[in-house]
Amino acid sequence: MKYETQKVAYAYFVCAMALFAIQVLGGLLAGWIYVSPNFLSELLPFNIIRMIHTNALIVWLLLGFFGAAYFLVPEESEREIYSVKLAYLQLAILVVGTLGAVGSYLVGIHGGREFLEQPLWVKFGILVAALIFLFNISMTVLAGKKTAITNVLLMGLWLLSLLWIFAFINPDNLSLDKMYWWFVVHLWVEATWELVMAAILAFLLLKLTGVDREVVEKWLYVIVATALFSGILGTGHHFYWIGLPGYWQWIGSIFSTFEVIPFFLMMSFAFVMVWKGRRNHPNKAALLWSLGSSTVAFFGAGVWGFLHTLHGVNFYSHGTQITAAHGHLSFYGAYVALNLAIFTYAMPILRQRQPYNQVLNMASFWLMTGGMAFMTFVLTFAGTIQTHMQRVIGDYFMEVQDSLSIFYMMRFGAGIAVVLGALLFVYSQLVIRNREIIEPGPAQPVAGE
Amino acid sequence: MAEILTKTRARNIFYAGSLFFVVIFVVLTVNSHRYVVNTSTAGMPLTEEVVLGKHVWERHSCINCHTLHGEGAYFAPEVGNVMTRWGVQDDPEAAFETLQSWMNSQPSGVEGRRQMPNFNLTDEEIRALAEFLRWADQTDTQGWPPNDAG
Repeated sequence: MKYETQKVAYAYFVCAMALFAIQVLGGLLAGWIYVSPNFLSELLPFNIIRMIHTNALIVWLLLGFFGAAYFLVPEESEREIYSVKLAYLQLAILVVGTLGAVGSYLVGIHGGREFLEQPLWVKFGILVAALIFLFNISMTVLAGKKTAITNVLLMGLWLLSLLWIFAFINPDNLSLDKMYWWFVVHLWVEATWELVMAAILAFLLLKLTGVDREVVEKWLYVIVATALFSGILGTGHHFYWIGLPGYWQWIGSIFSTFEVIPFFLMMSFAFVMVWKGRRNHPNKAALLWSLGSSTVAFFGAGVWGFLHTLHGVNFYSHGTQITAAHGHLSFYGAYVALNLAIFTYAMPILRQRQPYNQVLNMASFWLMTGGMAFMTFVLTFAGTIQTHMQRVIGDYFMEVQDSLSIFYMMRFGAGIAVVLGALLFVYSQLVIRNREIIEPGPAQPVAGE
Repeated sequence: MAEILTKTRARNIFYAGSLFFVVIFVVLTVNSHRYVVNTSTAGMPLTEEVVLGKHVWERHSCINCHTLHGEGAYFAPEVGNVMTRWGVQDDPEAAFETLQSWMNSQPSGVEGRRQMPNFNLTDEEIRALAEFLRWADQTDTQGWPPNDAG
């Protein structure tokens, strides 16, 4: 740890991992209800469990991003964080808000816009926490060195916080409600979060491969340019069937097809940097997660997104298990795995355990990634059958669902693998195994560093 | 990457290009907003009852099981066209009665079948919800869904 205040990130990462565990357990429970629908149906209905599953995901990913910013901004700006107290205050607000939201869901108090179900006071808490964060991190960057990584990271975080305003705007007109709802949902995960992801990935590759900063930062700008050029008008692929004008079918199809490009570039970026890099960094697990994240993001967000983004296809596949398949793999690849990559990189440093073999961590990568891949495949098959039976032939929803039960059983099996992988990951981060602590090699400065 | 693309140029392209697309997006948003209000949802007035129905829909987080215009959870049927599927889209009274008997018979308790909770709605709330669903059904959704199955 070069800067004392980077330690703040540790608390963020631990809270994020606790929520990660809640998220995957909630998902497993929801998956079980698909197999055995009477389970808990009176006590804890499906809609409540799903809210916990999705909300916990979103909050822990954000906690991870905030923690990552507190970890990497001091190193990039070459100075301590402006205020450690504010950083902990921000975390406290977010944790209280999250626990408050989960508690109120359990007693049946919630909103009804998907993913934005938080009670109003929690929404305000998130806003206040975001403002504290932006102030704190901007003051740090303004007083220190400015790099492309901090520029892009801050731009992403500023814009995503600004877009949160739309969480408070809920028009009575359902079609308008849906349109502005996407300003948070789409412009987060398919625009501003990509900026954050690319910036964190660039930081990781800079540290892990030792490639020249000029090269890394040029790639970074090209990636984020393609992300926003495609992602902003790509919002149109959500506007096909919700009461908006027909021209979105063409704008959405064309621009969301281009949304594959930033993910392809991020994957290429990761592999090219590793090939070019001359540094043999001991944290192999962080490298595995970085390469894995960009690869799975390319398949989950890029390929599986393109699969059903053209309006002619989407007319039939919209709102089926195809969407669920894409949603799961894209979130896992792009944002879950990237967060786990920065945790994996930072935790041994934060706990002063470098160099450190992370064999269990790497095992958790394969277990989770294998599980998610299998889950995506079975949901894709289920969605294909559903699309044909329900949308082409016209069979009723529940009849179709009954004939998909075998896929839901396999999905539950995949879910068990993911949960085991996630718990193994958390264990590998929190418990230091003495067998895995290794001796530092001889310091050999690499030319050109 | 080619030497002609320096880091500074890449940065400038990123900023200028993003701004360009933001401007187009804002213009199209304004146009879409007007289209929704004046055309696609104008077939039925947005009454207080419809708005109450939307609040009932939200308060019970129906979206986390059902889809509405294809968005939501995929656990329970699409409801954007449920009034058409039930054949009551043009008959408010029949829409209310059908929805009422459906809501009151939940949960079915049938073994091996997905369960919908009983939300203990008042008749006023059920009537509002029925109006909201009729209002959603009359929206011009570019021909989606492909058939009544939703």
